[in-house]
Amino acid sequence: MEITKEKLLSFYETMLTIRYFEEKAVELFAAGQIPGFVHLYIGEEAVATGACANLTDKDYITSTHRGHGHLIAKGGKLDLMMAELFGKASGYCKGKGGSMHIADVNLGILGANGIVGAGQPIATGAAFACKYKKTDAVSVCFFGDGASNRGTFHESLNMASIFKLPAVYICENNMYGISNNQKNHMNINDISDRAAAYGMPGMTIDGNDVIAVYEAVKEAVKRARKGDGPSLIECKTWRHRGHFEGDPGVYKDPKEQETWVKKDPIIKLEEKLLEHKVVTKEEIAHLQEEAHGKIEAAVEFAKNSKDPSLDELLTDVYAG
Amino acid sequence: MTQMSYVEGLRDGIRIEMKKDSNIYMAGEDVGIFGGCFGQTAGLFQEFGGERIIDTPISETVIVGHAVGAAAAGLRPIVEIMFIDFIGVCMDEILNQAAKMRYMFGGKAKLPMVIRTTCGAGVGAAAQHSQSLEAFLTHIPGIKVVMPATPADAKGLMAAAIRDDNPVVYIEHKGLLGFKGEVPEGEYVVPLGKADIKREGTDVTIVAWSAMVHQALAAAEALAQEGISAEVIDPRTLAPFDKDSVLQSLEKTGKLVIVHEAVKTGGLGGEIAALVADEGFDLLDAPIKRVTAPDCPVPFSSYLEAHYLPSQDKIVKAVKEMF
Ligand SMILES: Cc1ncc(C[n+]2csc(CCOP(=O)(O)OP(=O)(O)O)c2C)c(N)n1
Ligand SMILES: [Mg+2]
Repeated sequence: MEITKEKLLSFYETMLTIRYFEEKAVELFAAGQIPGFVHLYIGEEAVATGACANLTDKDYITSTHRGHGHLIAKGGKLDLMMAELFGKASGYCKGKGGSMHIADVNLGILGANGIVGAGQPIATGAAFACKYKKTDAVSVCFFGDGASNRGTFHESLNMASIFKLPAVYICENNMYGISNNQKNHMNINDISDRAAAYGMPGMTIDGNDVIAVYEAVKEAVKRARKGDGPSLIECKTWRHRGHFEGDPGVYKDPKEQETWVKKDPIIKLEEKLLEHKVVTKEEIAHLQEEAHGKIEAAVEFAKNSKDPSLDELLTDVYAG
Repeated sequence: MTQMSYVEGLRDGIRIEMKKDSNIYMAGEDVGIFGGCFGQTAGLFQEFGGERIIDTPISETVIVGHAVGAAAAGLRPIVEIMFIDFIGVCMDEILNQAAKMRYMFGGKAKLPMVIRTTCGAGVGAAAQHSQSLEAFLTHIPGIKVVMPATPADAKGLMAAAIRDDNPVVYIEHKGLLGFKGEVPEGEYVVPLGKADIKREGTDVTIVAWSAMVHQALAAAEALAQEGISAEVIDPRTLAPFDKDSVLQSLEKTGKLVIVHEAVKTGGLGGEIAALVADEGFDLLDAPIKRVTAPDCPVPFSSYLEAHYLPSQDKIVKAVKEMF
């Protein structure tokens, strides 16, 4: 493993930031300060973190309804994100989008998305643009196990394959689409098996191991940048919380939940860092404190921001 | 009569029909043990089992498409599209298959199927989970469209939708699911295509459906304080539309306000206004008013969303402008 200490620490920091951002969102949602639907990524942080560590601002991602992690890992600004969750004018989308629609086009973030499976064609289109413009940028599509049953999955992967587009399709298999267990929504164990149908490489990895994700996506990104076409990477993972806040998750087996919570990606990395003496306990405590501080500042920013003005209702419907 | 919520009403309608006819089944995302995204189908899985209450993959195209095939082959499917906003995913199956099969086949096919879905803003669900898209559907000959406003109508229209031999889109309003009211016990059918006068009045006719019925009723109450007597007509079924009820009311009132939560341009309000201009012009003694959402997507911010929605106050204002 030739990953530098800085890189490992940045993985840890990013995962902590995502975790604390969302733990804060839980608290604020429960207190009625954040309206709408909030879908949490807690437990899945290693996927976005490991994947996006291979990308620059020129590369694109499409995200999902469970998007906070992807956005933070791709460089999204915490204060603008938090303000968006509050629906404030200073938020990423001027308060018009909310948690499910945060985007930062300058950072290549083509949006969280409220429509399951809608990111797949969009990521395919961004990959098309990268190839058309002959940049060496790539497009990474995050989507769930459930979304892999949409027709958009089939159409996107097929088109990307025949056009040899620089795309990486990352399936976050947390084994549920809301209450529906993978066993009931498809007849295969590994979604990566589907890659064969499109003539592209497919692999299944431990989505709770940030280093494994980083390495696998690195290869796929390299292949895409070289012009060799798309890949499908399935990351097996688990969401710790309900589908959205307010869902008690009764459809989950408590034993399975317990097993997976023990495989928490942040704890896994922390143990590895300590074991290999990459960091000391004190440094960990310091990093945690720092991450908390960033989140508190973001909340402060959001709370001190104003509601959008009424004329914003009718702006941005059309350009120009 | 018994007290029920809107969601209990629609569920009761489903249960009673399902008990009578084993060809009726329900399929959709999370309609099984989860009981539906808003609890609409709670208990049905336990009562009817997994053979008849079926969780599907996230595949709206084949959810609706399979219903077309199953109905053509003799079943009576009820399928759920969790939010009407996702209807684009299965629009071909609605627009070109379900709606046209009978006609194209020269009357040789029958498609008794119900598509249940939810509409409506007001819960901070933002642009892709809050829309009112009924006009998309009423623009398609061959599809019937139902939008109940009360628990009793939710029950009776569900029964009628299931019994109908045509594709019916049954649209539940998210904001009404917990709304309580009197509901007849046992079998109860509200015929499709029949409006209901929700409040009688003599000075102005307010046509409103779904959640807007309640805004209109509140407005009528406020107007009564000021000496204006408003009649509130709830068409309940938007296709086919009960124009006679509206024209009859206008004979009394001479003034028409149409209220809908959908955006204004291309909304069904325009069609109703045209219909009245065409067939009831002489009944009118003031220009027709529409109170609708503005022509923009549904904003997330609670503050903007509250202003986006048509409301009691906006209706009162529109009515007063006519006097
Ligand atoms: C087209 C469409 N169908 C249904 C939904 C409702 N819905 C939102 S999230 C979700 C489950 C998605 O499952 P998966 O893709 O595995 O992602 P996860 O939530 O597990 O991250 C569903 C059914 C939707 N938003 N869009
Ligand atoms: Mg999933």
